[in-house]
Amino acid sequence: MSTEILAHHKEHHRSTPKSLFGFWVYIMSDALLFASIFATYAVLRNNTYGGPSAGELFSMPFVLTETLILLASSFTYGLASLYAHHHNSKRKVLAWLLVTFLLGALFLGMEISEFTKLVSEGNGWQRSGFLSAFFTLVGTHGLHVTAGLVWMGGLIIQVLYRGITEATMSKISVLGLFWHFLDIVWIFIFTFVYLIGAI
Amino acid sequence: MFGNLTLSALPHEPIVVGAAFFMGVVALSVIGALFYFKKWKWLWTEWLTSVDHKKIGVMYIILAFVMLLRGFSDAAMMRLQQVLSVGDSVGFLPPEHYDQIFTAHGVIMIFFVAMPLMFGLINLAVPLQIGARDVAYPFLNSLSLWLTVAGAMLVNLSLVVGEFAATGWLAYPPLSGILYSPGVGVDYYIWALQIAGAGSLISGINFFVTILMMRCPGMTLMRMPVFVWTVFSSMALVIISFPILTATLGMLSLDRLIGMHFFTSDFGGNAMMYVNLIWAWGHPEVYILVLPAFGIFSEVVAAFSQKKLFGYTTMIWATVAITFFSFVVWVHHFFTMGAGANVNAFFGIMTMIIAIPTGVKVFNWLFTMFRGRIIFASPMLWTIGFIVTFTLGGMTGVLLAVPAADFQLHNSLFLIAHFHNTIIGGVVFGYFAGLTYWFPKIFGFKLNERLGKVAFWHWIVGFFVTFVPLYILGLMGMTRRLSHIDAGTGWDPLLYVAGAGAFIIGIGVVLQILQVVVSIRDRKENMDTTGDPWGGRTLEWSTSSPPPFYNFAIIPTVHGRHPFWDMKYGTGAKPEKLYYEDIHMPKNTAMGLYIASASFLLGFGLIWHIWWLATTGLLGVVALLMIRSFDYDTEYRVSAEEIAKIEAARN
Repeated sequence: MSTEILAHHKEHHRSTPKSLFGFWVYIMSDALLFASIFATYAVLRNNTYGGPSAGELFSMPFVLTETLILLASSFTYGLASLYAHHHNSKRKVLAWLLVTFLLGALFLGMEISEFTKLVSEGNGWQRSGFLSAFFTLVGTHGLHVTAGLVWMGGLIIQVLYRGITEATMSKISVLGLFWHFLDIVWIFIFTFVYLIGAI
Repeated sequence: MFGNLTLSALPHEPIVVGAAFFMGVVALSVIGALFYFKKWKWLWTEWLTSVDHKKIGVMYIILAFVMLLRGFSDAAMMRLQQVLSVGDSVGFLPPEHYDQIFTAHGVIMIFFVAMPLMFGLINLAVPLQIGARDVAYPFLNSLSLWLTVAGAMLVNLSLVVGEFAATGWLAYPPLSGILYSPGVGVDYYIWALQIAGAGSLISGINFFVTILMMRCPGMTLMRMPVFVWTVFSSMALVIISFPILTATLGMLSLDRLIGMHFFTSDFGGNAMMYVNLIWAWGHPEVYILVLPAFGIFSEVVAAFSQKKLFGYTTMIWATVAITFFSFVVWVHHFFTMGAGANVNAFFGIMTMIIAIPTGVKVFNWLFTMFRGRIIFASPMLWTIGFIVTFTLGGMTGVLLAVPAADFQLHNSLFLIAHFHNTIIGGVVFGYFAGLTYWFPKIFGFKLNERLGKVAFWHWIVGFFVTFVPLYILGLMGMTRRLSHIDAGTGWDPLLYVAGAGAFIIGIGVVLQILQVVVSIRDRKENMDTTGDPWGGRTLEWSTSSPPPFYNFAIIPTVHGRHPFWDMKYGTGAKPEKLYYEDIHMPKNTAMGLYIASASFLLGFGLIWHIWWLATTGLLGVVALLMIRSFDYDTEYRVSAEEIAKIEAARN
């Protein structure tokens, strides 16, 4: 009996770092996906084909607000992980996950409204190579955020029904990696697309 | 309702109708046989839903061989066309069909023959070699397999419904853009590769983590078998390079689908960027394929020279060096694009430098054979054939790496001969050696040696008869992908020779099929009852052939580089635990199959602009992933008593 429990324990102990490590490797490959699109953006940045350039298009206060919302969502996600790992408090974990979800959704809504505005002004992705690269780079990040939100929705339901267990905790860590990663990618987008574009 | 899909998409050319009819007959007879022998349930529970790495490996290899027949038919048709289409005669293939054939040949051979064969062999051997019971993520392993199958099925479907790309295997824009390729061919290409590519990336991560985290106690990195090392390097390349492919094809499809301007000729697009991006993936890809083959040769040459491998450490460092250099040579595929003399010089020199670690490997293999008691079994024949062939291919590669020479030889048949020289001589020979070597481990009986040897001789003779003329033709100025040859060029006699060579390789392929059939018939005579048919040194030979589903009843503990040799010849490396413990094994699941099916629908919908189907497919993938993530009951326990019973029955 005791060996059985020991074996069981060992198995679970090992499975957590395995999924986390695997996800780290996936994040590295995802970073390379973004790197490819960043490189493409760098090549096409000045290919405006007579259309508007980055400096003429973007409103910095709007983008800064977007950025702060996403950074805040990373912070609230961090709080959710802390409550999961150290306090085992299901209610607080759920609350912070929900706040993160709402902040993420708000960010996504702002991005969609920015896209809609650009398209309605005739500056859609068909306008120039630069705008194709812009929409693809920012849109790929947006797609990742969307995936993260769907995933977070599923996680919230699982935590709701299963509570904070070793298994749900591992899932919280994995999604956390993804969410913070998206934050870092956004900081690069903010810098290379918006800040440098504004100069 | 059906987007761009109309009845006119169905084939009307006799050759295509014939091929479609043949595929239909084969599919129907397989289905009929399954009903007749009442094998559906067996197929479903034992194979399709299996997450056992050994079975997944076998399914990968079956896929590879089915696709090899198609890829080889394409090759045979090309050779025949170039023989028949000289001067006034036009051959039997109209140009637009010929263009699809050379595209399909390249795509199928790389993505749906070489890659599945590689992942198949990795699945068969790696977990056994590192003393593990399965891979890190058994479910993802099954998903990878089925995504690859879904991609392959899209390519096959393009033969019947619509058309395939007519752009060459890397689909350079602007030719592959919507302006010059308005049909669905390029879309089939994009989505087949995106879906299969996702499978490859997941597999890459899976085996990378498996090798790092699932090794048995005592197996440090520098005690891993060379095959495991080469797979490790190859998987690192997969993880780094496949995202580039995904991004590149994604951008190409955005150009085609919603009118973006990444690679178009106007609106500020840049087609040369595509060429850079695709080769930043494409060059590492050839090393992804050849590194595991190098690993196989290292295993085989040691086993059949009855010596330990010469220069293990240098072999590993050579592998790592090749892994690194494979990322800094991609421009050599397009020296003629005009990157400038200094850039070309840099990439030319880097390319030549790769020859050094590769040379180290060749000498290591030769010194392993030196003073060994060599057994000329068929895996060893493939290995020796490889050393000769691949060295020649490598030398013509160094020749091509000189930018000035490349300006003459670029896109000529010299290039075609060069890369077939390395891919057939390196990758294909390597995988055939690996298949023959590990076949008894997986199936419990050896392949027929006589037919294997005859097949080898047909392959190697056929190879030289086919490709030496292409080298000469390239030097004479013949470019690749010609569907018609002008009279007076003087090329036709050599093309006849090349055609004859392809025929000889064809006989080799038939002999290999015969080899499998005969071996199954005579399996009783070639049983491997010891689990160690070749006198191996690594852990896969320490378990029975075929291994039980849990691979090792007791996880071995390793004290050196040759753990099984130590066990056999007693340097005190007996298993440390002598009692069985309960083990956890992953449960079978059909989820991988379902997700891949939904991806197939997504791809098909996007190809034909059937938006409701694409949406259904996408929602299906998301919903299925969600359902899977809600499933916490994915493992089951095998009790120590059960293991004791199985082990007792086996002994």
